[in-house]
Amino acid sequence: MITKIAWKNIWFKPLNTALSIILLTASVAIITLLILLQEQFEKKFSDNIDGIDIVLGAQGSPLQLILSSVYQVDAPTGNIDYTEAKKWMKHPFVETAIPLSFGDNYRGFRIVGTTPDYLTKYGAEVKNGKVFVKNFEVVLGSAIAQKLGMKVGDKFFGSHGDAEEGEVHDHQAYIITGIASPTGKVVDNLILCNLQSVWAMHDHEHEEGEEAHDHETDEHAAVAGTGHEDHDHDGHAEEAHDHDEVTVSEEGKEITAVLVKFRSKMGIVTWPRIIAQNTKMQAASPAIEINRLFSLFGIGLDALKYLAIGIMAISGISIFIALFNTLKERKYEFALLRVNGASRLQLLSLVLIESLLLCITGFVFGTIVGRVALVFISGSSEDEFKMSFNPFEFVWEKEGYLFLLTIFVGILAAVIPAVKAYSLNISKTLANA
Amino acid sequence: MIQTKNIHFSYGKGTDFRFPDIAASSGESLLITGGSGKGKTTLLHLLGGLQRPQSGEVIIEDTNIASLSERKLDHFRGKNIGLVLQQSYFVASLNVLENVVLASWLATGKQATEKAKQLLAQLDLSYHLYKLPTQLSIGQQQRVSIARALINEPKLLLADEPTSSLDDENAFKVADMLSHLAKQYGTALVIVTHDQRLKDRFPNQISLS
Repeated sequence: MITKIAWKNIWFKPLNTALSIILLTASVAIITLLILLQEQFEKKFSDNIDGIDIVLGAQGSPLQLILSSVYQVDAPTGNIDYTEAKKWMKHPFVETAIPLSFGDNYRGFRIVGTTPDYLTKYGAEVKNGKVFVKNFEVVLGSAIAQKLGMKVGDKFFGSHGDAEEGEVHDHQAYIITGIASPTGKVVDNLILCNLQSVWAMHDHEHEEGEEAHDHETDEHAAVAGTGHEDHDHDGHAEEAHDHDEVTVSEEGKEITAVLVKFRSKMGIVTWPRIIAQNTKMQAASPAIEINRLFSLFGIGLDALKYLAIGIMAISGISIFIALFNTLKERKYEFALLRVNGASRLQLLSLVLIESLLLCITGFVFGTIVGRVALVFISGSSEDEFKMSFNPFEFVWEKEGYLFLLTIFVGILAAVIPAVKAYSLNISKTLANA
Repeated sequence: MIQTKNIHFSYGKGTDFRFPDIAASSGESLLITGGSGKGKTTLLHLLGGLQRPQSGEVIIEDTNIASLSERKLDHFRGKNIGLVLQQSYFVASLNVLENVVLASWLATGKQATEKAKQLLAQLDLSYHLYKLPTQLSIGQQQRVSIARALINEPKLLLADEPTSSLDDENAFKVADMLSHLAKQYGTALVIVTHDQRLKDRFPNQISLS
């Protein structure tokens, strides 16, 4: 009954109520959004570095190397020599080493040359068709297959580089042999093929541009020969590839990065220095770089958080003013309730409940609005970074704290008006009427 | 049934009231008159348990309300005392019916909706049940507060200047209703007023001086 009166009371002053609720909604929405973004962002980032201790790549910004080779969002730092990288990949510390080679994209989705280990590392299985074996065979990430509506057996031409508008390699089509299962990780938005495909695609280019010399003739022959199942390599006895499939020589070839998982964690500490001293490459730790990135983001997130808390303080003040102002006209109402047998505590709780109803309503709206905002953000981040967020996730612990904070603001705003109502002198109030 | 003995009340700084003993039994009406500053309202508040006397006893149905604890007094007041004030106050956000029902809930914990409707009908307010109190005229508001004062069938009905803001016709109507309902519910009725019109209406009078 008290709650019912409180409910009717807050809607009796719709403008005051709307103001308080809008302010609360705004602050709760911002904080909810921040909580969800931070949580999911960090989760996405840490999920993807599971099982990668060190990334080996060309010298440059270590953060850029991590972003480009682990998250596929930045441009690569450059290329490294495959032969040299291989020496390190066979190092006794190393448990697994997955080479990556970037070259092309298809409608903005990166085509990455690698080994089937890459799929395994992210827990993706080829659920449709089979894994890439021959040159120009590709496995599509689940998200791409879904978005572009492509299926096993489809062919497409890649565009050079990162940009969707890059030069199209129209001399050689990729053929889809498999679709990967969804993982929620970066692999969902990649097109994977073997390393040779990337080399072949680009050697062909050089060939077209310049005069061929011995070494490349071999590869050119290989590339040109792809698709023909049977052919012979005249005069290339020493480099003979005696399998059906045409392979490209690894010698002098370059890759972009190697994802390394160590058997002995010693490597994480020692490799960065050893690599820097002995090679032209660098070894970067994803965990360290991502921590650095988060601490950079953290400043911006903190600023937003303070803003939201500021708005929440204002909404608390607004509730306080609304309750306090109406108290003057409502003191007769309170006196009357007392005359009719209401206890002091019932009046106290009436004021408190009014404030809490505002806060709870604001919190509910804020939670919803925050999630709607996340849907929009997810849409644009999906377009730009191939990163989507789930608005229906609940971060119970942090949102629980947020709820408690909201309730606390409500109680704080109501405490003075409530105590005034509690200590109202009915006789005086009615006599002075 | 109400009875007072040697009530003394002081606001301090020289305003000192010693009230004559009064008594009214069930169904009986008593009019208390007196000029401004004679302590009419103070006496009414003492009778209604809104204030405590410095000394003396206010006995309603064998209970000396001056000795009750604050919590018990709230409860006793809600259950046994109906109050009609010069100006009517309501919970502005609740409609007429809800305001009356609220009084029954506060006193007994039960919502006497049917009884409230019946009482309001008796006071000629059937068409205004779902209006907000502010939408009614002063006379109608006064009648709603009478219904609210009577909803719990109190032992004592106190009225503070119930007619002073009403015109002649309405004043007599309200006076008739009060005494009639008091008889019907077996309630002792005490009216505090300076309204000359009522002095002819109620034979049982005490004048404060």
